[in-house]
Amino acid sequence: MTVMISTDSDILATAESWAKSGRSVALATVIETWGSAPRPVGSHLVIDGEGNFQGSVSGGCVEGAVVEEAVDVIADGKARTLEFGVADETAWKVGLSCGGRIRVYVEKVN
Amino acid sequence: MELPVLAALNTERAARRATVLVTEMADGAQRLIKAADIAADPLAEIVDKQLRMGKSGMVEAAGVQYFLTVQAPHPRIVVTGAVHISQAMAPMAKLLDLDVVIIDPRTAFATPDRFPEVTLLTEWPDEAIKGLGLDAYTAFVALTHDPKIDDPGLEAALRSDCFYVGALGSRKTHGRRLERLNAAGFDEVATGRIHAPIGLDIGAVSPAEIALAILGEIVNTLRGPRRTAA
Repeated sequence: MTVMISTDSDILATAESWAKSGRSVALATVIETWGSAPRPVGSHLVIDGEGNFQGSVSGGCVEGAVVEEAVDVIADGKARTLEFGVADETAWKVGLSCGGRIRVYVEKVN
Repeated sequence: MELPVLAALNTERAARRATVLVTEMADGAQRLIKAADIAADPLAEIVDKQLRMGKSGMVEAAGVQYFLTVQAPHPRIVVTGAVHISQAMAPMAKLLDLDVVIIDPRTAFATPDRFPEVTLLTEWPDEAIKGLGLDAYTAFVALTHDPKIDDPGLEAALRSDCFYVGALGSRKTHGRRLERLNAAGFDEVATGRIHAPIGLDIGAVSPAEIALAILGEIVNTLRGPRRTAA
């Protein structure tokens, strides 16, 4: 039993330990959902400067796009809010197959 | 997020204290409100409401948008009995993100070999529970079949705000248990909180299946049913 499933509570602990070990870290948080979004508001994803990540904001649908954006957030230090949903072009590309819509806040841990 | 804020958030959670992180969406400004400081906060009403729901979310106050990251204490299960069912339950609970504390004064049962990576207390339940404190984010489960060990734990659980209380045993065993608890001064409303026979009725046979039934019932009590019967 060594497999660890990351839960939202240990994502914040992971963010802290990554930052304290000198890695550059961004934290993504689901701040709003509409329809059948796969992960609830408050769900976290932690990302480092090399694109390593733990946790989830959508159960796999848009993590790739969030990680990409997080690398930019780490680079310029500016927080941003991303929106994914069935109606926009990004969603068409990265896909929320469940048909929901989510907003994700991505911030750097300083 | 500033690292000290993140560290403080994690410290409060580890100490089982509720906290709310307020993020102002327009400029990303953040501050942490500890449970004890909510009443004095300008956003008290809105923060308190969100904390009672135990949910993070967007809120608006005086035309300003905030995101509230709500950290309610982590749910945990306190078990009396370092028995076969609790051996199965411990790793399953871990996957469910439920902390587990196992209490059993019988040191032959409560060994780190049998329970790796679990908080094990080899004290009598009334003593152990004094140190733990049972709160509204705690489930209590009695699994020993031995009234000497289970009863003091159950009595402490019934005096607390535990969100779930369950006890293993047949209807007959539970009948005798109710008689003892009544004699100890617990009325029917109090003892009615005990889930017995314990666990969802899934026909569980093996220790792991019984552990699954109990955890299913605990999750159901914690989250509540989301689908209504058609």
